[in-house]
Amino acid sequence: MAMDVEILDDPKHHRYVLNMGPQHPSTHGVLRVLLELEGEYAMELLPVLGYGHRCHEKIAEHKPAKSFMPNTARMDYLGALIYNHGFAQLLERATGIEVPERAEYIRVITSELNRIQSHLLWYGAYLLDLGAFTPIMYAFDDREHILDILEDVTGSRLTYCYFRVGGVSKDIDDKFVTSTRAFIDRLRSRFPMYEGLVNGNVILQKRLIDVGELDPKICSRYGITGPLLRGAGVGYDLRKSEPYSIYDRFDFEVPTETKGDCMASFLVRFREMEQSLRIIEQALDSLPEGPVMAAKVPKKLKIPAGDYNSSVEAPRGELSYYLVSDGTDVPYRLKVRTPSYSNLSVIPEMCQGMLLSDVVSAMGALDLVIPEIDR
Amino acid sequence: MKSYFSELFTGGWSLIVGLKITLKALFTPIVTVQYPREKSVITPNYRGHIDLVKFEDTGTHKCITCGSCMRDCPSDCIVVDGEKREGVKGKFCTVFTLDFAKCSLCGACVEVCPTKTLDYSDEYELAGFARGDFQYDLLKRVEERE
Repeated sequence: MAMDVEILDDPKHHRYVLNMGPQHPSTHGVLRVLLELEGEYAMELLPVLGYGHRCHEKIAEHKPAKSFMPNTARMDYLGALIYNHGFAQLLERATGIEVPERAEYIRVITSELNRIQSHLLWYGAYLLDLGAFTPIMYAFDDREHILDILEDVTGSRLTYCYFRVGGVSKDIDDKFVTSTRAFIDRLRSRFPMYEGLVNGNVILQKRLIDVGELDPKICSRYGITGPLLRGAGVGYDLRKSEPYSIYDRFDFEVPTETKGDCMASFLVRFREMEQSLRIIEQALDSLPEGPVMAAKVPKKLKIPAGDYNSSVEAPRGELSYYLVSDGTDVPYRLKVRTPSYSNLSVIPEMCQGMLLSDVVSAMGALDLVIPEIDR
Repeated sequence: MKSYFSELFTGGWSLIVGLKITLKALFTPIVTVQYPREKSVITPNYRGHIDLVKFEDTGTHKCITCGSCMRDCPSDCIVVDGEKREGVKGKFCTVFTLDFAKCSLCGACVEVCPTKTLDYSDEYELAGFARGDFQYDLLKRVEERE
């Protein structure tokens, strides 16, 4: 962005530069946004990235591909299992390892639980940004149940490393099934409460409706995916449009809205939780018996020369892994396309001329996870 | 004018609905835990840092110093070394350290261990004041354990 120094010096133009972040509560991490303000209106915005850069892609070039699995969880700490899923799927595609049926079901169930967990955290944190403290307590109460369920099967609470090439590391038991079913009933019974407490609230509606409008054209120009794109009226969800794993076996809808403002993506995410519950329910009903790891996974996983791609639907949009191999077990290059990075890039255009308080609201609607942007 | 009042009414009503919900929550059981005064139960499947298992039949661990865990570790945080000793079949483990500051708890070492002598510990209060606090000597830990 051209921060015109002459304009800033001119006393007739009442413009000044404000730093939002890197330590700002509403940027959810170390994102810095340079704002050029005129009064209370943000005229120019410039996101400054890189505070949390850890060279994940470069690390991948230096060790066997299998060993990169824990790193995937650290990129998006809220959708760790989904990032695991994409990477495991990539290596399975590259090496032609077949995943047992039961493992695929477990992957889908845990991934969807992870997605709900991510949406619940976003829900609480977003409303916290907007000044409502109570909803995050309710959302965390529900989220805690998911963390307990996942902790029991994966062993960790946030940065899971549960999926392996060829399956999952541990089988689920009856306790998992019963507690997941209990959770589904619990969350379903809580939705009306959320709607009454938050969605119908007049203050929330005033702050979200008509703020940060996106149309499908802008979305395709910036490569925006996920709930933001669906909020703009495009029903693009990889689970439906390009079904990976076993998502084609389940009956679920892709919620869309038409307006593309913050309220639209808010409602899309809210309804997605219900759809995820539907997927989990169906998967639990038809859970097959059998092994959870492929019989033959070589200790040294040699990837045949060539390039491979694997895309999954992360909570924030489309996640892609692109791997180029030269025939060894260490990738020649691994490119990760993370949704938040593309979603963030729309900020300068979306927020131009907005009130500063609306910038917070629009940025919250992007559901940014900074480590995923910087990775 | 009419719309002004209807907006006022719907807005006011939405606030009352919300307040009713929070009022109801006031009478629901407490879900928080007063840590550290009380602690919640940790699942037995919790994956803490690794520890050597003390087998009852031998009274010690069964590490054969094969180094599989060391090689499979994505972060190079395990150091294992051993020496040949008389009367002991194979190698005798003399060094087994874990640099927990580097460990990402992925579990690759536990899965690869041929003698199943590695397992996850259930400790979770692991804060330290210096980098050296995270250098765990697992051989010492297994001896000190009851």
